[in-house]
Amino acid sequence: MSETPGIPEPLEEPPKEEASRIGVDSWVAESEGRRARTPAVVLARGWANSPDSLKLLAFVALASSVPFWTNEGDLFIFGLFTLLYAALGLGLNVVVGFAGLLDLGYVAFYGIGAYTYAELSSSQYGIHWPAEATIPIAMAAAALVGVVLGFASRRLLGDYLAIVTLFLGQAFVFFTGVANPSIAGKGLTGGANGIPQLDPLTFFGYSLTSTKQLYYFLLIVVALLATALYFANQSRTGRAWRALREDPLAAEVMSIPVNRLKILAFVFGAAVAGLCGAIYAAIETAAVSTNFSVSVLIIIYAIVILGGFGSIAGVFIGAIVINCTFEFLEPQNDHPEVKRWLFYGTIVLLIALMKPWFRPLLVLAGTIAFGFAVHAIVASTTAAAWTSGAPVAGGKWLAQWAVIPTSSHGNFDNYLYIGLVVAIVCTASLKGWWRTIALVPTLYLTALAWENVLAQNGGVTAFILFGAMLIGLMASRPQGLLGTARVEIV
Amino acid sequence: VHPVLFNVYDQIRALGWNGAFTLLRDGVVLGSLYSLVALGYTMVYGILKLLNFAHGDVFMVGAFIGYGVLAQLGGPLAPALGLVPLLLVMFAVAMFGSGILGVVIERFAYRPLRNAPRIAPLISALGVVFFLESSVQLITNSTHSEYSNFPVFGPLFTPMFSVAGNPVTVVQVLVVLTAIGLMVALMFLVYRTKLGKAMRATSFDREAASMMGIDTDRVIAATFFIGSVLAGAAGVMYGLYLSDTYFFVGFLYGLKAFTAAVVGGIGSIPGAMLGGVLVGLVESYAGGYAGGQWKDIVVFGILILFLVLRPTGLLGARAIQKV
Repeated sequence: MSETPGIPEPLEEPPKEEASRIGVDSWVAESEGRRARTPAVVLARGWANSPDSLKLLAFVALASSVPFWTNEGDLFIFGLFTLLYAALGLGLNVVVGFAGLLDLGYVAFYGIGAYTYAELSSSQYGIHWPAEATIPIAMAAAALVGVVLGFASRRLLGDYLAIVTLFLGQAFVFFTGVANPSIAGKGLTGGANGIPQLDPLTFFGYSLTSTKQLYYFLLIVVALLATALYFANQSRTGRAWRALREDPLAAEVMSIPVNRLKILAFVFGAAVAGLCGAIYAAIETAAVSTNFSVSVLIIIYAIVILGGFGSIAGVFIGAIVINCTFEFLEPQNDHPEVKRWLFYGTIVLLIALMKPWFRPLLVLAGTIAFGFAVHAIVASTTAAAWTSGAPVAGGKWLAQWAVIPTSSHGNFDNYLYIGLVVAIVCTASLKGWWRTIALVPTLYLTALAWENVLAQNGGVTAFILFGAMLIGLMASRPQGLLGTARVEIV
Repeated sequence: VHPVLFNVYDQIRALGWNGAFTLLRDGVVLGSLYSLVALGYTMVYGILKLLNFAHGDVFMVGAFIGYGVLAQLGGPLAPALGLVPLLLVMFAVAMFGSGILGVVIERFAYRPLRNAPRIAPLISALGVVFFLESSVQLITNSTHSEYSNFPVFGPLFTPMFSVAGNPVTVVQVLVVLTAIGLMVALMFLVYRTKLGKAMRATSFDREAASMMGIDTDRVIAATFFIGSVLAGAAGVMYGLYLSDTYFFVGFLYGLKAFTAAVVGGIGSIPGAMLGGVLVGLVESYAGGYAGGQWKDIVVFGILILFLVLRPTGLLGARAIQKV
């Protein structure tokens, strides 16, 4: 059979790997291919390719095993509050992550939920409704305020919206904690003392009282919430929210009802916050206005931002990291050695990310040598009291390495902390090898500040670290751990 | 009608004209402080379209630097300096220190985010707020620092003159006059110098300004410096006048000063001055007539109304925003 001229051989299809995905630049694809060999990228790929339902199942399975290997107290502060913060983060993620609205009054909705539950399930007015009635009412009350706020501020742009919502949050704290108008012969919100002695969560006559019961209840709530928000995000509304987040003007042109979507996002977030507030009030058996201050707001924001805007899995990771950091740093925590390992571990990890590979080794070796040298000099030139203090949680070699005075030496602690901040600022403004060299004394100063000041004042340190983390994340990786990077086309 | 409204009416009758004047006096003094802080907000907003939440905390740090100088130089029993040189040193150190702080904040929290989405610098600002507040909380051990512990300031609280039987003290005159002086200096700087021209150009159009050979990064840093210097001065005056300084003071004062900037029209320098005095008066009258627990809610309520009904403020230019 002779070949028919004119009909060419069918072209061989290119191998699957080499074909770049639709919408991906060939250069980007190549560079991704080159990076694909490192374990981190393989891990990230595996994460991105595994189905989302499986991730949720794995999380729930892991989380339901927690009560079996922790004690009651740890389950309360680590387990229960991580789940609560995860739920709060999921709600905030709708407003900030999906729709891109900076809502700084989010804690007010949380508080409204808590106070609604408190009014309807306590001896304040003698109303003792069951939870199956109060929780929907709390959600509806928060959502209603969300509608009002969203409607009032539908025309406000990013930072104006932020300030109005921040004022709402402040006004809420003042209203409940200070103003406390009297209604029916009683202060409505109980003033600074709040409303104490709330009923436990009671569904159809069945009360949730033990930590374990509350934990599993919250786990179910969080799993349902995550599922609901996942589908909301995949829906038509979710896509519209993302369009609104990326560019409100373009979204409007595409005939997306921008104002209605903004209000809808507020309502979603507010309802979730109201739910969390009601549960929180029942857990704490009290509603107190100081629990809904900006400090709580920053914790929720840190969770959502660390995890990544718009990423549901990110919220869980953020909640675990932030809540556990916060609780470990608490002064009354009974694992002081964990606190130290976490602190030094994080620093060593951050140093280890430097390139090329020998730089971290040099820095760490230099810091250790520097520390012993400084300790030796201080010990030989000053009074013994300057070096004979003990580190917070044992550690023999630390006492030989870090300069720790026995008791407070005037303002030594303060100078140390201010010196540390100045040293970090200076180190960050240097470049290249100078920065690497400056890193050695800075790291040593960090260790000194930690052992002398920061470790003792864990509650304050946590907020310093969260603040620094927000600044650092925004400058280096604004999309957070699991968020998708945004390309700004201006 | 809610009983609060009856109380307000009774209170107005009870205080009479003398009470009204006292509230006016207090409001104007407080308002001058708000104006100084509001100027920092308005200048930064004008040039970067950025809401610098951290500005209130620069004010707070200024008050603490003033207190630190006081503790070093004017020890309660043996003041090393006379009253006037002590005040001058306090103002100089606090203003310079706050100015440097402002520049550092700009350099590390805002400069890397020049072209980032608009939400990024706001979150960064939130981070700065918490970093500064918690740092000061750590350093001061959450204690309140009272300027009034220093008897050297006794002469400041003697009446200077009185209007219809109401005394006006030296410190009140000092606060108002210093605020006016600083604002005049600022007006001169912005409208009569080369740097001011560069600032106005940068605020008008940053890209075009940089094409005209203006080093915009430097101009922005200068703006932060000047705004923070004013906040530092306001911090010291706050300490002298109201005495009680603690780490959380910056948040509330910052918010109210921001209210002032918005009410006056954000981006407008005369607007910030006007807005500051207005907010001071509202707060003073609300506190006097409706009771101290309502004053913050009234101030915040006014802000929300202003933002919703007239977001351009009293003196602001009407900006066209499409969405």
